[in-house]
Amino acid sequence: MKKRFRPGEFLIERSIQGVAFISLLFICLIFVFVFREAVPLFTGKADVVTAHEEVGAAETYGEDASAPLPQAQQELEQKHVPFRAAALTAKDWQPVSLEPKYGLWPLLVGSLKVTFIALLLAGPIGIFAALYTSTFAPKWAREGMKPVIEILAGFPSVVVGFFALVVLASILQNLFGFQYRLNAFTGGVAMALAVVPIVYTVSEDALAAVPKALTEASLALGATRWETALFIVLPAATPGIFAAMILGFGRAFGETMIVLMATGNAALLTPSLTDPVRTLSATIGAEMAEVVFGDIHYRVLFFIGALLFIISFSLNAIAEFFVRHRLMKRFKGA
Amino acid sequence: MKLSKTVTGRIVVGFTAFCAFSAVAAVAWIMGTIIWGGHSHISWAFLSQAPTEGMTEGGIFPAIFGTFLLVVIMSLVGVPVGTITAIYLSEYVNRESKLAQIIRFAVNTLSGIPAIVFGLFGLGFFIQFTGKNLDRVFSPDALHWAQPNILWASLTMALLTLPVVIVSVEEAIKTVPRELREASLALGATRWQTIRRVVLPGSLGGILTGAILAVSRGAGEVAPILFTGAAYFLPQLPTHFSDQFMELGYHVFIMTTQSTDVEKTLPIQYATTLVLLALTFTLNFSAIALRARLRRRRMAA
Repeated sequence: MKKRFRPGEFLIERSIQGVAFISLLFICLIFVFVFREAVPLFTGKADVVTAHEEVGAAETYGEDASAPLPQAQQELEQKHVPFRAAALTAKDWQPVSLEPKYGLWPLLVGSLKVTFIALLLAGPIGIFAALYTSTFAPKWAREGMKPVIEILAGFPSVVVGFFALVVLASILQNLFGFQYRLNAFTGGVAMALAVVPIVYTVSEDALAAVPKALTEASLALGATRWETALFIVLPAATPGIFAAMILGFGRAFGETMIVLMATGNAALLTPSLTDPVRTLSATIGAEMAEVVFGDIHYRVLFFIGALLFIISFSLNAIAEFFVRHRLMKRFKGA
Repeated sequence: MKLSKTVTGRIVVGFTAFCAFSAVAAVAWIMGTIIWGGHSHISWAFLSQAPTEGMTEGGIFPAIFGTFLLVVIMSLVGVPVGTITAIYLSEYVNRESKLAQIIRFAVNTLSGIPAIVFGLFGLGFFIQFTGKNLDRVFSPDALHWAQPNILWASLTMALLTLPVVIVSVEEAIKTVPRELREASLALGATRWQTIRRVVLPGSLGGILTGAILAVSRGAGEVAPILFTGAAYFLPQLPTHFSDQFMELGYHVFIMTTQSTDVEKTLPIQYATTLVLLALTFTLNFSAIALRARLRRRRMAA
């Protein structure tokens, strides 16, 4: 039977399709436009375009003005220096000085420090909390936990940042006697608050997906409930838990407001976890409003954004692979 | 010394319970601290007046207004686009088709991108590209669109919250029973008539949930608007799309980090944070409640 052609129906279908493609288009545009602004760095076309006047990018956020900062505000002469991509691997981040340095190492190490501390705390808490609610908890605790985690996930990151800056930082400093009130550790602890929900949710899903037959077999063989949970359910869900950690890593690595407010924001390259740090994301947040459009500093910040994009993209892809392929394959075989 | 099985068991259960309750305790602690520190400073005057004395006194009305405007413009764009995309994904293309998978992958990717990268995109695409070209065409002499404003900030935020809407609406559409669709089609309704009369009414709750969650997310995120439109202080409320605006989250950020007198403004900081927290909490809680109700109704049906 031939389908009758209905112009109205056709138009509506096309418009719906159009809108769906616009969504897709914008997602691609993000990729294009973040990279587009960074590309001239590598084609040798970027150089210092304009004379800076007072560029105050080196101001601190938070009260730790005492932390050794890269460089005070200085006026820059107009000059045309071709930018070499190798400059990005230097050991100093001093974008606003007579001789600007754009080394990304301190920022990368800063991001890694904060992320590491956040995961060290949020990982076990999220995973074991998920284990508790999926195996041991009484019904009321299980049902009460979900909304609480959703509320934690719904806290705006400035609220967490504010809490870290005003309350947590002083408590931690008094507790551990930090030299600087705001530092990588404080930022990491605050970040853990933002990472727990994602680790919990993904782990919980993975634990809930473990086939009942495994649990029942273990219990039938005489294992106790906690032995079953610890030695059967938890290992069976490892790929999902691994994915949870990866997603948590991605969340912590890209989060901006919390680190902007709670880490002291000094681009230091030190091994200590209790020194102030400046992360990749915080650098964009703190400096982008002050740069001259089109100059090297502007492009380097976009390059950092492109890095964050690539990293979060890869982490998501890896996590998806672990959940979808490893976990599902394992349970299909079971 | 060898621990008996029961003792080890107690330790294991106790430790996992401790982890779970420490998360709950953290939520209670944060909320308690902020409510405790902020409640006494909240008054009608604080909510309805503009900041005064170089932002060391006065209220936060412009920030509340700006936040409201931001989420309204954002929702007007993001909710329809997200809903239509979800309809396309679930009603027009085969769920397993390559195209559906590509779009779904893109949406997943979008939800994982850090908020600050959206800010960069807003700057690079809306301000530097779209705005500059608009100016080139319409007002070659004056800077009008090629600078941060509330429209660009709202559109950036709409893009950030798009995945929230799409996922929520798709979930809702999935729960409309196939039999209803088939009955409608069998009675001679076209595909669009079926969607409008059967699928959409059946998933209205999901669309509403998605919209509420998007608004909550949009009201809470600050990173995307840092350099796409939020302003430190404005003497006037925004009246035009090309105006900048003050925003609650941004206000918290600058008051805590760049205020002239951080000690003196501490009550304002607490109270502003409390307003922001109360706003997002109310939104999230109603979304959770709404979803629970829908789920229960679905179970009963």
